[in-house]
Amino acid sequence: MALVTSDNHGLRLAARYATLSLVALIFLFPLVFMVVSSLKPDQQLLADTSSIRAFLPVGDISLDNYVKAFERAPIGRFMANSVFVTVTTVLMSILLCSLAAFSFVFLDWTGRGALLSVIVATLIIPFETIAVPLLLLVSKLPWIGLEGLETGWLNTYRVQIIPWIADALTIFLFVQFFKDLPRELIEAARVEGASWLTIYRRIVMPLSGPVVATAAILKSLTMYNNQYLWPLIVVQDEAHRPVMVGLGYFFQLQIAWGEVMAYLTLISVPVIAFYLVLQRAFISSIASTGVKG
Amino acid sequence: MSSKLTRSNRAGWLFALPGFSLLFLFIIVPFFFAFWLSLTNQRLVSPNPTEFIGLKNYRDLLSVSIITLEPERTEAGEVVRDKDGEIEYPRVRTITRSDEFPQYRGMQEWFRWQSGDTAKVVIAADVVFMKALVNTLTFALFIVPIQGGGALLLALLINQKLRGINAYRTIYFMPVVISIVVISLLWRFIYSGNEGLLNNILSALTFGAFTPVDWLGNTETALGSIIAMSAWQAMGFHMVIWLAGLQSISPTLYEAASIEGASKWQTFRYVTWPGLRNTAVLVLIVITMQSFAVFAQVDVMTNGGPLDSTQTLVFQTVERGYGKQDISGGATISVILFLMVLMISAVQAFLTRERK
Amino acid sequence: MTLTKTTLGALAASTLLAGGAAAQTDLSLWYHGAGNEVESNILNGIIADFNAAQSDWSVSVESFPQQSYNDSVVASALAGNLPCILDVDGPVMPNWAWAGYLQPLPISEDAIEGHLESTIGRWDGEIYGVGLWDAAVALYTRDSTLEALGLRRPTLEEPWTKDEFMAALDAAKATGDYDYPLDLGTAWTGEWYPYAYSPFLQSFGGDIVDRSTYDTAEGALNGDAAIAFGEWWQSLFAEGYAPGTSQDPADRDTGFIEGKYAFSWNGNWAAATTLEGVDDVIFLPAPDFGNGPIIGAGSWQFGVSSACEHPEGAAAFVEHALQDKYLAAFSDGIGLIPGTKDAAQMTEKYAEGGPLAVFFDLSAEQSLVRPVSPGYVVAAKVFEKALSDIANGADVADTLDAAVDEIDDDIETNQGYGH
Repeated sequence: MALVTSDNHGLRLAARYATLSLVALIFLFPLVFMVVSSLKPDQQLLADTSSIRAFLPVGDISLDNYVKAFERAPIGRFMANSVFVTVTTVLMSILLCSLAAFSFVFLDWTGRGALLSVIVATLIIPFETIAVPLLLLVSKLPWIGLEGLETGWLNTYRVQIIPWIADALTIFLFVQFFKDLPRELIEAARVEGASWLTIYRRIVMPLSGPVVATAAILKSLTMYNNQYLWPLIVVQDEAHRPVMVGLGYFFQLQIAWGEVMAYLTLISVPVIAFYLVLQRAFISSIASTGVKG
Repeated sequence: MSSKLTRSNRAGWLFALPGFSLLFLFIIVPFFFAFWLSLTNQRLVSPNPTEFIGLKNYRDLLSVSIITLEPERTEAGEVVRDKDGEIEYPRVRTITRSDEFPQYRGMQEWFRWQSGDTAKVVIAADVVFMKALVNTLTFALFIVPIQGGGALLLALLINQKLRGINAYRTIYFMPVVISIVVISLLWRFIYSGNEGLLNNILSALTFGAFTPVDWLGNTETALGSIIAMSAWQAMGFHMVIWLAGLQSISPTLYEAASIEGASKWQTFRYVTWPGLRNTAVLVLIVITMQSFAVFAQVDVMTNGGPLDSTQTLVFQTVERGYGKQDISGGATISVILFLMVLMISAVQAFLTRERK
Repeated sequence: MTLTKTTLGALAASTLLAGGAAAQTDLSLWYHGAGNEVESNILNGIIADFNAAQSDWSVSVESFPQQSYNDSVVASALAGNLPCILDVDGPVMPNWAWAGYLQPLPISEDAIEGHLESTIGRWDGEIYGVGLWDAAVALYTRDSTLEALGLRRPTLEEPWTKDEFMAALDAAKATGDYDYPLDLGTAWTGEWYPYAYSPFLQSFGGDIVDRSTYDTAEGALNGDAAIAFGEWWQSLFAEGYAPGTSQDPADRDTGFIEGKYAFSWNGNWAAATTLEGVDDVIFLPAPDFGNGPIIGAGSWQFGVSSACEHPEGAAAFVEHALQDKYLAAFSDGIGLIPGTKDAAQMTEKYAEGGPLAVFFDLSAEQSLVRPVSPGYVVAAKVFEKALSDIANGADVADTLDAAVDEIDDDIETNQGYGH
């Protein structure tokens, strides 16, 4: 009897892993294609795309494309810029958006519903449609820096960070998550005289591991991967350019596909690393959310 | 909700203000500016002064008329038919380019149908816009269930306690990590007509019975191909959102369900799904919004073609606003898009409202 | 190595000068060559030489990726942030001049004496830009292909007629050796379409707009000649002569070299790579479709932005850059056609008897600049879409009518674009 069950169990386990792996294949193949291609000379890379060889590191394999990619563009600089802009924006975004969401869910104040609707409505506005008005706006905005008052935000890091801090998706993400937190906890703390800031810091945020991790991952992706049009129009000097604008360096008349793949592989590393780190936060937070309910 | 304990105007505004002011300054203000642009003839590049032109931009996009074409007749009054037996009609351009019908000037055929011997032709001032509108709606209609549902399946699949599950979770998330621009470039290879990877795989799986398809070059398959790729690409994104939701469901509920001997489906139906309510609303709204903003895939893969079969509204906004320097025309499309999606979300909000 | 030395020398010189009484005035320059190392090196060399050679001006360069260069410039113009010297693509120049992004370039006629006319950007009676090079398109094929198919080798004096050209395609098709007889490069979207294909239309007798007035496209783009062109264009795809708009970009880059195509309609910038891959590649002139053999012309040029306070400094730099040795350096480096005959003689490939000398002649003999109008930027987009739609089977007359309507609307909205 016991034997059969264990066999069954083993089979079911195998089936589970088989399903997981099959699905993994579907999601993995472009990445494999990208990494493998980055090791091949252009001619072979293109010839291989039509067969299974596209996914195999076979033939003339080398790191030449990486060497050439570094010669073509200041990749280190672009990545440092992108990482800096992304990390700063994500941190500020988590702070300001969770504060706002906290207020929308737990506090009761005049204008709350209307304001939340307005915020959700901004989700609809594709960035492409406001790029030009926004450009005109930031080119005239004042700023107080080390050298006193200046006008215009072009060619800075702040122009790549500040407009992106608050976004409806992150606020919305926190709102939906906070709605599931037990209100009794908050009200009990209120009865005991805790300030709103204390409740936010000591009760709500410690319970919000999963949503903070989720928001950070999603926000960092938008910041790192999709920042193309905006930096293109507000940043003219090379020193401030992010990775997606840097991609343009590789699209000459004859595209050096091997170098493109090498560049893509390189710039994907920080995001994947970031995801792996946050994944831990994701897991460890399961225990804490178990408190509720 | 309106407990005295939680009532505080000062704290409420104070907490919400920093985030809201940024949104206001960097999204809402520029959007109102875009709305104003849609009422002018502003060009992206021009030395001419801007003029207020009211709703002309909207008329230029939205005007639609129906014209009736009488069949060509021989002198004896007989209907002329071509060699396939189809009735021959005068060309639409004889009407839309004729000085006799100034009201139809510049309009083009969108689609037609036959009623009796006559043909009814719907002509639109901007056929490309109309096609973009229909395509965008189609895109949204298909991608919401495919992507949302697929992402939920992934989340359920990945939400088990197995050794090495983290590695799988990371892998499922991979396509999201790569920029959509790059993904689109890679998929051009996959979808390629002659020796594309997809054709090769399908032909291998069917032992050569499959005839290669030019996925992106065919009006029948281009939009579908873009939908499939887009759904695949961002599925990991929504998987993460679903996962956050799944993890916020208390394990004690599952324990209770298991004690009562609930089946897997019952557990999902009565524990998991109700616990995902708020997440489901979030995913639904986010996918809807994102799908109306579809742009990069089209820009990289098809440029709106073949024959406008993959035109979308945001692609048209960009194409006009930047490519054709018609910034007010582009702004007009974005305002129309905004109003349209606002209505759709109002309906969605109504359908998914919390029933008390 | 020599380059680094020059740069260092320039640096030293400018430091010395800065220490002295007469400081150099800084002139910023924007260039479209980011990511192209060879091109950037040559340009940096020219700038270093210029900065060292005189004491009034000091040019500093900011490079942008080519694919987004125009967007960057337009955005900067909107935000009031233009540099002094602007690199501008020939056909776009009138648009920027008309919009007030550029001011006339105060350069003497002597300085441009002997330069290919297509490298001089004129608008409204003034010179707004001067280019160091031009580009040209030719019909690539192999000597062995011509021989195997038994085809006459066309010359500049006696190019193929339409019938000969189609017969050549038919012959190639009949062999069954090729995926397609002809590679038009439909995978390259954007400016390639009007640049490479509008000359076919012009050779048929049509045009993108009516160049006598520049206030309409009616007749030029939808007249009988244009419709004949459209029917022919459509047949290239419908009858399997050329891959359609979904052509794989990689096939465009390497398909001809790999032998997938018998003929390829490509620019001189691809010639160097092709020479490496195909021993007996030859570059044939454009066929004559009835109205003479025509290819496009006009490439990148230097101009002065309206924001520049020292146009005379900019002009000094441009004159410096126009020296034959630099023209030759660019040509050797990135394969472009040098702007003067003397410079061509100094190059490896364009000198008489050189493998690419034919391109210089093509450029001199067959080239026709794209319509010189601020409206060209929009018309080019409309033209691209029309050609792409016709290639995909759209009704020729209706599509061209629609294109005409759109171009005419645009001209009207822009109050005639100052013509």
